Amino acid sequence: MIKKVLYSQKVAPYVFVLPFVLVFVIFWVYPLLSSFGMSFQKVTLGQEAQWIGADNYTKLMGDTIFFKAVRNSAAYMILTLAILIPFPMLFAVLLNNKAVWGREFFKSSFFFPALTSVVVAGTIFRLMFGEMEGSLINSVLGLFGIEPVKFLKGQVTGYIALVALASWRWMGVNMLYFMSGLKNIPDDYYEAASIDGASAFQRFTKITIPLLKPTTIYVLTISIYAGLAMFIESMMLWNGNNSPKNIGLTIVGYLYRQGIEKNNLGYAAAVGIVLLLITMIINLTQLAISGMFKKED
Amino acid sequence: MKNKWFLSLMVISLVVFLAGCGSKSSESSGESSVLNGGAGESATELSYWTFVELHGQHFEKMLEKWNAANPDRQIKLNVTVMPYDDMHNKLSIAVQTGVGAPDISDIELGKFPDFLAGTPQLEPLNDVAEPFKDTVVQSQLDLYSKEGNIYGLSTHVGATVAFYNTEILEEAGVDYKSIVTWEDFKQAGIKVYEKTGKYMGTADTSASWQASLLLAQQESDFTDADGKPQVNTPEMARAMTMLKDLQDNNVIATIAGGQPDTEEAYGEFNSGNYVTAFMPLWQMSRYTNYMKDLSGKIAIAPLPVLEKGMHRSYGGGGTGTVVTKTAKDVQLAKDFIAYAKLSLDANIEIWNTLGFDPINMSVWDMKEVTHNPDNQFVKYFVNNPFDVLNEIKEEINLIRSTSASPTINNVLCTVTFNEIFEDGKDVQQALDDAQAQIEQELK
Repeated sequence: MIKKVLYSQKVAPYVFVLPFVLVFVIFWVYPLLSSFGMSFQKVTLGQEAQWIGADNYTKLMGDTIFFKAVRNSAAYMILTLAILIPFPMLFAVLLNNKAVWGREFFKSSFFFPALTSVVVAGTIFRLMFGEMEGSLINSVLGLFGIEPVKFLKGQVTGYIALVALASWRWMGVNMLYFMSGLKNIPDDYYEAASIDGASAFQRFTKITIPLLKPTTIYVLTISIYAGLAMFIESMMLWNGNNSPKNIGLTIVGYLYRQGIEKNNLGYAAAVGIVLLLITMIINLTQLAISGMFKKED
Repeated sequence: MKNKWFLSLMVISLVVFLAGCGSKSSESSGESSVLNGGAGESATELSYWTFVELHGQHFEKMLEKWNAANPDRQIKLNVTVMPYDDMHNKLSIAVQTGVGAPDISDIELGKFPDFLAGTPQLEPLNDVAEPFKDTVVQSQLDLYSKEGNIYGLSTHVGATVAFYNTEILEEAGVDYKSIVTWEDFKQAGIKVYEKTGKYMGTADTSASWQASLLLAQQESDFTDADGKPQVNTPEMARAMTMLKDLQDNNVIATIAGGQPDTEEAYGEFNSGNYVTAFMPLWQMSRYTNYMKDLSGKIAIAPLPVLEKGMHRSYGGGGTGTVVTKTAKDVQLAKDFIAYAKLSLDANIEIWNTLGFDPINMSVWDMKEVTHNPDNQFVKYFVNNPFDVLNEIKEEINLIRSTSASPTINNVLCTVTFNEIFEDGKDVQQALDDAQAQIEQELK
């Protein structure tokens, strides 16, 4: 009987797909539904959860700190996209060129930061961007006669530190994606273009960029998600979840503050659901615009 | 042959790597150590979480005494020290889910109301606190109580005093003893800045000690009698306006780290960039541990007041030690913490080891304890802390800790104080915004 089921051509595909479906249901659908339910409840320490309807969402809509967190996360996402897509692409193209000296060295040195723990990296950046005269960045600025800057206390300067940290960490990873994308472009195209008299710039814009599109879209999609879900970088840079005037507070940071620090799990669930919606809307729009849902010819 | 070398190298590096892992703490976010305290084989092992490394030292001493006195109820204490936020967050999740909580834990006063919300998942300590009721300050037990149940045992009174760096003051020709009012402090500060270029004090952006002490002087509070937040009161405006005026006159300035009790600030004080810290007495242990360069230079004095006759201190901060509902042996844990925190012996040791002002005030009068010339705190400071404490004994006001306190503290210390001292926002406007924000968050 078992043999019959296992060998059945109709059943086999379902058996193979089952592990994925199980993981998906247990670790994604169930928590999602359960936090969706929780977002309509008031959950207090040691007490039965109370059903409070849409109160959490109504409160969220009037919550200025939440909107500050959304703005911070959005700004971080846009800045990281602006830096972490064009530059890694450019570096990948450069390092893909056989004429470039020390390619292997640069490849590994770019990738190295990704292997560093974010906790360590965040702490180092916090010290580098410290407000004292002796901290690294301020002592460098001091050489040019610039007064010490309180980097981590200002919105703009704080973001310079935060984006510097993100760029330092992720440049190499994104570069690696683009390098693997470049490997898929046959050399013949470039050769043919050269014979037809195309300049290096033309080859880059007419061949490299269009053919890298699937890679670019992939990097874009994960970067949007990573940008909106950023949390630990900010937490480490500001040595906790409470940055001055909440300049480093992200959506996930706010979820953490409400759910874990303030024991308001119902409200935190509502924050999580809104984050999910924002991410889904942005990513689905982006994928639709770039034509990823169209049937391939 | 080559292979053999390579293999040996691999084995050696693996051993070194594993040994390296083993010698460090087993938990990534905290350091654990088991205190034996002379316990025998049959001792019960209790776990204890704290965010102050020094508290473990006190427990170590008390553990030895406990084990010697109670051979049939001996304890081994597994102490884990974690950063402030981490510890409270982990503890909150653990008691909420009923899984993974320690038997005993410290909870900071500012976070305590969070743990009293709903049905507290902590054991009431009334029965073990009862025998000590007449010897310790009642208000310190009330701080950690809810509906008549005591859930935490206090460590100290936390009388707030001024710590002055006498070396810089002498350089500027200022006598700290002549500073009685904030106006005196301002004039002294102007002189210090002119003569030395150093700041007289700090404008705190990440802690509410200064705001609290100024409210306490005016018999006011962050919350009204019903526990509702009130941060835009005339008293609060007066306090912040006064501090802002000091900042505008270069008497005080913001400090790296945002307040005197941070690593960056220890460095600034150690380098002599700031003269004064207005902090609870437990700041003494920070001086002896982290600001050793200042030994013999720091004098302790009552706080300046807005007007003569106002109370010159308030009880700031505090830690309640609790027993969780999931503790292995609830009664043993309760008996032990009462012994380690409330007994006369414990109170003497709290001063000896930690330099805190004990809540059993009879210790304050024990000259042989408080003026022991071998005591590290007596040696470190210019004058004896207890001479000052006994002078202000009747003037220690309290700031209430209510369920609104964590939110109030969060808004003030992340937003409001930064707006006032870093951005120069209008004081009343900043306080009104804070009030609105707090009310919105507490809705």
